[in-house]
Amino acid sequence: MEATAPTADETALVAALQARNEAAFVALVGEHGAAMRRFALTFVRSPGVADEVVQEAWIGVLQGIERFESRSSLKTWLFRIVANKAKTRAAKEARSLPFSALEADGGDGVAVSADRFQGPGSTHPGGWISFPEPWHQLPEQKLLSEETRAVIDTEIARLPDVQRLVITLRDVEGWPADEICNVLELSETNQRVLLHRARSRVRAALERYFAEE
Amino acid sequence: MGAQITCQQLVELVTDYLDGALTPSDRERFERHLTTCPGCTTYVEQIRETVRLTGERLTEETLPDEMRETLLVQFRDWATAE
Repeated sequence: MEATAPTADETALVAALQARNEAAFVALVGEHGAAMRRFALTFVRSPGVADEVVQEAWIGVLQGIERFESRSSLKTWLFRIVANKAKTRAAKEARSLPFSALEADGGDGVAVSADRFQGPGSTHPGGWISFPEPWHQLPEQKLLSEETRAVIDTEIARLPDVQRLVITLRDVEGWPADEICNVLELSETNQRVLLHRARSRVRAALERYFAEE
Repeated sequence: MGAQITCQQLVELVTDYLDGALTPSDRERFERHLTTCPGCTTYVEQIRETVRLTGERLTEETLPDEMRETLLVQFRDWATAE
């Protein structure tokens, strides 16, 4: 887990915050505030709770900024604070949330169900029984429709917590892998395994949906 | 060289492949498999499409005003405290 060093701009921003400069705070909220809120929401799922987590996190940021050491980037540090507050909160709320934050892993851990492939005694063991249907003949309108979007949302919401976090950060928010590893304190390999499971499940959900018509 | 990979093995290597995390020999076997397998070629396209469509979900680019206000109040309390 390599920590990314802060940029010169970040160093100046941190110094301004330490001097209690309001414009610096407004700039920081402007840059990361919305993404921090979405990040909190990925953890705790309820918008009201996410807002409380974000507020707690910002208090943590202000309390901690004096002691901020440039060993990690400011962004990594900010999101780690949100992650810690959210984890504490999710653990507390686990029993009362409609979707438990501690749900089981789910699924058999393979990208594609084993029954799609030929068995050991066949002519091509491990080969497709029938090929997946290409999607490129589907109209873009269909691919980008509200229904398709809902299929993806639903499947992501059903993923185990860390898979949901990783796919949201990588594929929705567009974070680079190393930032996710730093913030969630995952190894690169682990991050990739989680992303793999998550993407595989979303693909399978889309395949089922596109095959319906 | 090593043995050829099967379709069932290939689908488990796609994320490593797309992240450039396969060893050179595994990458070579992966790509060689794709050149002769329409099913796996479609599968890899579907994963790329899944990533693209998932990326379309990003919305809400700004913080609600009341949240911004609350945070500013928090900041002012902190900034004026001893």
